[in-house]
Amino acid sequence: MSDLPKARIATASLAGCFGCHMAILDIDERLIELMKLVEVDRSPLTDIKRFTKRCDIGIIEGGCCNEENVHVLRDFRRHCDVLIAIGQCAIMGGLPAMRNAIMHSDDPLRECLEEAYISGKYIRNTTHSIPNDPALPLLLDEVYPCSEVVEIDYNIPGCAPTGDVIYDTLSGLLTGRFHGFEREEIRFD
Amino acid sequence: MAQSRLIEISPVTRVEGHGKVTIHLNEKNEVDEARLHIVEFRGFERFIRGRLLWEVPVIVQRLCGICPVSHHIAAAKAMDMICGVDQLPPTAEKMRRLMHYGQVMQSHVLHFFHLAAPDLLFGFGAPAEKRNIFEVLKEQPELGRRAILMRKFGQEIIEATAGKKIHGTGAIPGGINRNLPIETRDRFLAQIDDMLEWSQEALALAKNYTVENAELVDAFASFPSNYMSIVREEDGALDLYHGAFRALKPNGEAIFDRLDYSKYYDVLIEDVRSWSYMKFPFIREMGPDTGWYRVGPLARMNTASFIDTPLANAARDELMAVTQGRPNNSILANHWARMIEVVHCVETIRDLLHDPDLQGTDLKATGERREEGIGVIEAPRGNLIHHYKVDENDQVTYCNLIVSTTHNNEGMNRAVKDVAVKHLSGHVDITEGMLNHIEVAVRAYDPCLSCATHALGQMPLQVELFDAENRLVASRSQSA
Ligand code: SF4
Repeated sequence: MSDLPKARIATASLAGCFGCHMAILDIDERLIELMKLVEVDRSPLTDIKRFTKRCDIGIIEGGCCNEENVHVLRDFRRHCDVLIAIGQCAIMGGLPAMRNAIMHSDDPLRECLEEAYISGKYIRNTTHSIPNDPALPLLLDEVYPCSEVVEIDYNIPGCAPTGDVIYDTLSGLLTGRFHGFEREEIRFD
Repeated sequence: MAQSRLIEISPVTRVEGHGKVTIHLNEKNEVDEARLHIVEFRGFERFIRGRLLWEVPVIVQRLCGICPVSHHIAAAKAMDMICGVDQLPPTAEKMRRLMHYGQVMQSHVLHFFHLAAPDLLFGFGAPAEKRNIFEVLKEQPELGRRAILMRKFGQEIIEATAGKKIHGTGAIPGGINRNLPIETRDRFLAQIDDMLEWSQEALALAKNYTVENAELVDAFASFPSNYMSIVREEDGALDLYHGAFRALKPNGEAIFDRLDYSKYYDVLIEDVRSWSYMKFPFIREMGPDTGWYRVGPLARMNTASFIDTPLANAARDELMAVTQGRPNNSILANHWARMIEVVHCVETIRDLLHDPDLQGTDLKATGERREEGIGVIEAPRGNLIHHYKVDENDQVTYCNLIVSTTHNNEGMNRAVKDVAVKHLSGHVDITEGMLNHIEVAVRAYDPCLSCATHALGQMPLQVELFDAENRLVASRSQSA
């Protein structure tokens, strides 16, 4: 086993809460065995910032809420053979997508920004403007699920999926024995 | 279709990451300005309006998957107040405390071992490929295994009290929805001695690091500031779940003490600045220049009068002796403070597990309905404030959140500037070493950008250097 070249995995957190990455760590002791089969390339869990090689598996948490998210997601599609969306945010937009539809509002994003920076009662805003420095990436008009931006190979639902489900997915893909899940093995909450 | 619209609204740039540092130089290549920008925005305060009050503690935790329990409990405390409940049944309060201390333990262990330990074990200058938990597992398998098992213990406590390790549903307005079965309790008690031993080992590691590198620690982005946390109302003890505000000046003198937290807006206000989505809170009467303050584990060591568990209290005494009892300003001493809190969490969890109230069946209280509720706790990274108004249809009409990392915004920016001035002024090139120093300064605050802006837990930092004509002269990026 140890003679085989190790598989390479990369992960990214886009517009997510990092809970799906915590779920990856909930693999717990099994990580020790898993690490004998894989190497981790770029990921917020490592200090590797850009792809160093082509990867076998890319794991995406979160959807796209700004231009950077889109850029990172496309970069993952280009560099990964298999792309997995984990969690409701990546699959459907999740909590961040709640800003897409605010009742009786034509411009939900503007309303969110105004609530946070202009009309809040306990803030001091001497310029009466919304943060707009060129250092800040452009927000998208809506939060988009990953599948609307690139092609996704597998969707693993849950908010967050359990460490068990993530472990079974990874070990299944790595050994070529992944056949998906039965309905009762998956939770959507 | 959606894709082409995306291209149109978002010209993709080479910028990456969620946190960004920009440094501006003047004609003499001296640092004019150095800023930490927070580049993500969610809008939670607006889109939560209209949701039902019982949903809020469940939804709001999706802001942060690293400390979801903090948001879950702070929101539940605010909803308790709206439901007119000032005193929870003992079983409910103790189950919530168990959940909270379990989470602080797992979060601190995560920060120390998964993020900081690679620096401490391999050195700041180790190659980037080496600085991660997976390498720790390879090179120090026993230490790595213990780190995993300690975090797992905290996560399983959360699962037992909230139903899931991430984003559970334990706390409900006015109480809790379950108690702790004896078998579960016994499963945890069987592990508690190991946890106590390992947490003390981790404490020794963090303490020795701070003491052995005293010179570096003292000089590194250390500057005086005010400190704030909640402390236990009766006696000023450290209490992560409930208490009243205490804020101290750099000399240890009180700015306010045992102040009712439901009046937070009388003493705190947030500044909006155009270059960051994260606001800058300060103490109203002191103004933004001198009224900024810091929160977090070290702030709590500074503000608390003592700790009510013996091992942690003795460890705090040792830490405070370094500064003769006055507030400690060394941001790198945060690791030490964090590990004292891990010992405190394990001691508290042990005491709670021995308390028969956890098997009680009185889980929920009711009271006379109010319009407004404020819940404040000490989250792993510091003070956390949730504020809601709810109408007669149970729908949220107003929401304001001040999260731990936001409280520290000014402190982090000053640390970045301090490091930039000391290590960069007079140079045109950004070296790897300088970048690492900025990273270490930011990381010492354990910034949770998931909470602050609901972006990444650890942020890839990008550093950009501008000359006097505002031209970009250099840019480097690396994960923080
Ligand atoms: S799916 Fe849930 S756990 Fe995962 S990033 Fe989104 S909110 Fe967090």
